Amino acid sequence: MLRFIERHTFWAIIIVLAVAILLLLIFSVWPEWLISVIGRKKTFVITLLNGVTLAGLYFLVASGFTLVFGLMRNVNLAHGSMYLLGAYIGYEVSERSGSWFLGLATAFFAIALSGVLLQILVFRRMEKEELRQTLVTIGISIIAADLMLAIWTGTTYQFTPPDWLWGSSVLPIISVIKASGKVIYLKYPIYRLTVLAVAVLVGIALWLFLNRTKIGMMIRAGVNDRDMLSASGVNIQLVFAIVFAIGAGLAGFAGVIGGTALSIAPGEDVRYLLASLIVVIVGGLGSVTGVAIGSLLIGLAEQFGLAYFPTYGVVLTFLIMVVVLAIRPQGIMGER
Amino acid sequence: MFDTRRLFSGNVSISEIHPAKIILAVFLIAYPSFTSDFFTFQIGAYSLILGTIALSLMMLAGYGGMVSLAQMSAAGFSGYIMAIFGENSVAVMGFGWPWWLTIITAILCGALFSTIVGAISVRTEGIYTIMITLAIAAAFFYFVRQNYHIFNGFTGFAGIEPPKLFGINWRDPVPFYYLTLFLAAFFLWAVSHCSRSTFGLGLQAIRDNPRRMRALGYHVSWHRITAYFFSGLIAGTAGVLLVWFNGRISPGSIGVEVVIDILVIAVVGGIRSPTGPFLGAIVFVLLENFAIDLIDRERFNTVIGLVFLLVVLFSPDGLLGLWNRIYPKIRFRRSVRTNGGRTQWDDSVSSG
Amino acid sequence: MLVMLKKTLATALLLSLANLAIAQGTIKMGALATLEGAFTVLGEDGMRGVKMALNEFNYSVGGKKIQLITGSSDASPDSAIRAARKLVEQDGVQVLVGPLSGSEGLAIKDYAKTKPNVTFVNGTSAAQDTTLRKPAGNFFRFSTDGAQWMAGLGEYAYKVKGYRSVAVLAEDYSFPYTQVFGFLEPFCRLGGKSSADARFWVPIGNKDYSSVIAALPDDVDAIYVALGGADSVNFLTQYEQSGGDLPLVGGSITVDQSVLGSKGRTRKFIIGTPAAGPISDTWNDPRWDKFVADYKKQFPDGFPSPSLFAHGYYVNTKAALLGLQNVGGDLSDGGKKLRQSLSSLVFDTPTGMVSLDERRNAIADIFLTEVIEGPGGNLVNKTIKVVPQVSQTFGLQYEDFLKYGQVGRENPRCE
Repeated sequence: MLRFIERHTFWAIIIVLAVAILLLLIFSVWPEWLISVIGRKKTFVITLLNGVTLAGLYFLVASGFTLVFGLMRNVNLAHGSMYLLGAYIGYEVSERSGSWFLGLATAFFAIALSGVLLQILVFRRMEKEELRQTLVTIGISIIAADLMLAIWTGTTYQFTPPDWLWGSSVLPIISVIKASGKVIYLKYPIYRLTVLAVAVLVGIALWLFLNRTKIGMMIRAGVNDRDMLSASGVNIQLVFAIVFAIGAGLAGFAGVIGGTALSIAPGEDVRYLLASLIVVIVGGLGSVTGVAIGSLLIGLAEQFGLAYFPTYGVVLTFLIMVVVLAIRPQGIMGER
Repeated sequence: MFDTRRLFSGNVSISEIHPAKIILAVFLIAYPSFTSDFFTFQIGAYSLILGTIALSLMMLAGYGGMVSLAQMSAAGFSGYIMAIFGENSVAVMGFGWPWWLTIITAILCGALFSTIVGAISVRTEGIYTIMITLAIAAAFFYFVRQNYHIFNGFTGFAGIEPPKLFGINWRDPVPFYYLTLFLAAFFLWAVSHCSRSTFGLGLQAIRDNPRRMRALGYHVSWHRITAYFFSGLIAGTAGVLLVWFNGRISPGSIGVEVVIDILVIAVVGGIRSPTGPFLGAIVFVLLENFAIDLIDRERFNTVIGLVFLLVVLFSPDGLLGLWNRIYPKIRFRRSVRTNGGRTQWDDSVSSG
Repeated sequence: MLVMLKKTLATALLLSLANLAIAQGTIKMGALATLEGAFTVLGEDGMRGVKMALNEFNYSVGGKKIQLITGSSDASPDSAIRAARKLVEQDGVQVLVGPLSGSEGLAIKDYAKTKPNVTFVNGTSAAQDTTLRKPAGNFFRFSTDGAQWMAGLGEYAYKVKGYRSVAVLAEDYSFPYTQVFGFLEPFCRLGGKSSADARFWVPIGNKDYSSVIAALPDDVDAIYVALGGADSVNFLTQYEQSGGDLPLVGGSITVDQSVLGSKGRTRKFIIGTPAAGPISDTWNDPRWDKFVADYKKQFPDGFPSPSLFAHGYYVNTKAALLGLQNVGGDLSDGGKKLRQSLSSLVFDTPTGMVSLDERRNAIADIFLTEVIEGPGGNLVNKTIKVVPQVSQTFGLQYEDFLKYGQVGRENPRCE
């Protein structure tokens, strides 16, 4: 970080200023003129928090996607189906066993297993044919979506997470001070904060895994040059299988986490696939930091769009993608 | 396909055209005479329209190595332009321009859309192109669904009809079928011809090795964008036909599922050859219409997905590639039989 | 490839020959519903309604057998047209019942104009313009439209509940526009207010309402929520979690049985929410009770109680069958006598008497309900009142009603 500040001093100052203004906006009491310009403080701060927590969810979903691409150059367009399947499996398990955590764990391992099987049985035979692999994932996603519709029908399912994760909490942020002098604090759902916390934990865990373990070192080397890695004696198929397992498992895990917040129904697979695509295009394929930045941008854009311009808010995220592509086609943190 | 130079030099004879092609042509032209209106219109004309859109995708993917999922969006955009500048029954937009002007505008708008998509995605390659064009197609879908002033949002437009020319109502099954057949055949010929032209060969060379072409002095990006333009013309024309076929257009016509369907059609049919997309379209349309009678209609998507998956896994050149591999074996066996034991490797296998 | 084509052609030829053979003493009826995609569950219930009506007539009318042929769409107008075309042109149906969703209905109406010798009867499609503007002479709707479904609710909210200003939260497409119009028009006429920036139109398919909830104004008396099914469940959950405490007013599918009965924490805060629609699960009337009992007996694997989709398809199919009975099953004139009979048909249904206006749209009873806590501690809808014989123009003259304009994001304006 110090090096970043040294080399890009101008940008560093801008970022510090922006963060300071943001903190001021969040914690101070808003004067009248500000409210008439932007709207109520409650709307702004809650939308901001929603954007950040949604970014956490997008990070969980898209990090698996970018890992698989970074190392294996395989654009897994069945990623959304894995998300949805993980959610359904987690739902069934948590309903029958009564434990939400068990459902969460089962989703992770079940989808991770499916990822490993896919890699060993299908993709291994198509190495270097990236287009063909992508087409296979499209076919799998079509079939999976239809079969899931057949098994679980079009009904929407709701999870029942433990009570201490649910309900609303009071944040130490002032919403408004009424004329009587009474201070109203903001209320915010606990679960969304949990999603953010989980995303941060997973992000740190991924970073540690990639940067402080031996396998992580192999993966990073493989992202740079796959053939050299295999030439140096590493069992590259094992590394591929591990990466696909983690990537797919993360998708299933995110399925339960996201499904608890926003319920599961057919169509969620396409939605999260598109979201992952945009996050990863904006952030840069193959980079976990890029996914973090991309999901923050997209999450905030989506929520601010919904709150302030609901009519065209949906298109805003795509506009960001087009702008990034025009200026920096490899994404913000991507390498050519 | 026959060589046009020799065609115009007067040296070609009927016997040089592969007999299967003549039979197919006769079958297609005589088709309405022995089938019901439903088959002519909903199966025949619809397959030809879908096949044409898939042809525009095949041209970019097979010859250019760029799988653009936004061709269906280009076709949809041209359909919307027909509704906006022509006449529609929803009382939104509908400027009532003369029919020839609306058609030309619509086709050019489709081409423009495709060119813009090309300009955005030209710096990407291979799988990146799929992702970016899919996102663009989704963006266009969402925009069109939310905007009521121009595109009439969720409801879309209805009441779009072809003009009545020469006393014929072109919306009737038989004339419409011949219209789509003529245009499909024209584009088929155009794409095949183009693939052997300097432009087409350059495009295929760029697909195989862009760096070398750049070193040779070709402007790779412009070449690709021009390819997008031509394929946009094809998609735009198909879009006009599609909006006449349905008589309406709405966001559902250009949703993500439909966009993927076009990819499925092109790949299943065979992405290396211009006749592939039409083959895929016929299979798709027949399955869609008759799956409810033969299998469970509800699992239509599973069936189509399975067919797609099997084709990609075992015959990446599609059904046409499968045929090309089986066909020599059949001819081989036949030659063996007729020549009384002496094997003869018959080399005049058509390349499809 | 040619072989496969030939085989399929042969099968189709055989099927059509078989059709011809039984044609002599048979009437072919087509039923079109959303049997694919996410709305399959609703379409299946619609089909149950069709079969219930046919069972009442024992699948025969005027001495002729009725052959039911099903068509399937995925709620998109294009697929509905294709399915209808197959039913009419390939399978040769003479009466078509359907479709299910509003935008499909608009498309089928246009298609009906091109097939004047086929009689089209609605399923449950509830867009206003299907019969209000440029109706088709052979399209009959014995079920009410989305605006009619809101009859009585606006007055109830203003006079009985005492609300004077409401915010609106609904999905951004035609069916919610119609519902909002049906609610706000009488509410605003009485003096109520709902400004344009208190109306939140969320994109279709959006499940995350937290930012919208944060943007809701707190100086309104109530929120009119026109979301359906799972979206409604999501909204209620998220609203409670954000600490929202404004009273709600529901659309026809916002607080229906599926929402009240969904799993999760009981939502005591929606007790007292009024809503309106074409049916009410707890109406104490022998006709409705018999309908529910028949439904449960014939379809033990269906819903606990028939949905408005089963009801709508049932009423429309029954009307078609009554019409066929009146003409003795005679469709030799291309159905002209049948259509005349249908135009003047008046009959009793599980929800009251139904008749048609000049544009062949239904005049029927509407039910006003409110959520109460039931005997077992669960939530049920209590029928408050039955609004009798609501017409599409709400009693106004046709030309006057047209002046309201088409439903949209800002219709009606009441600042």
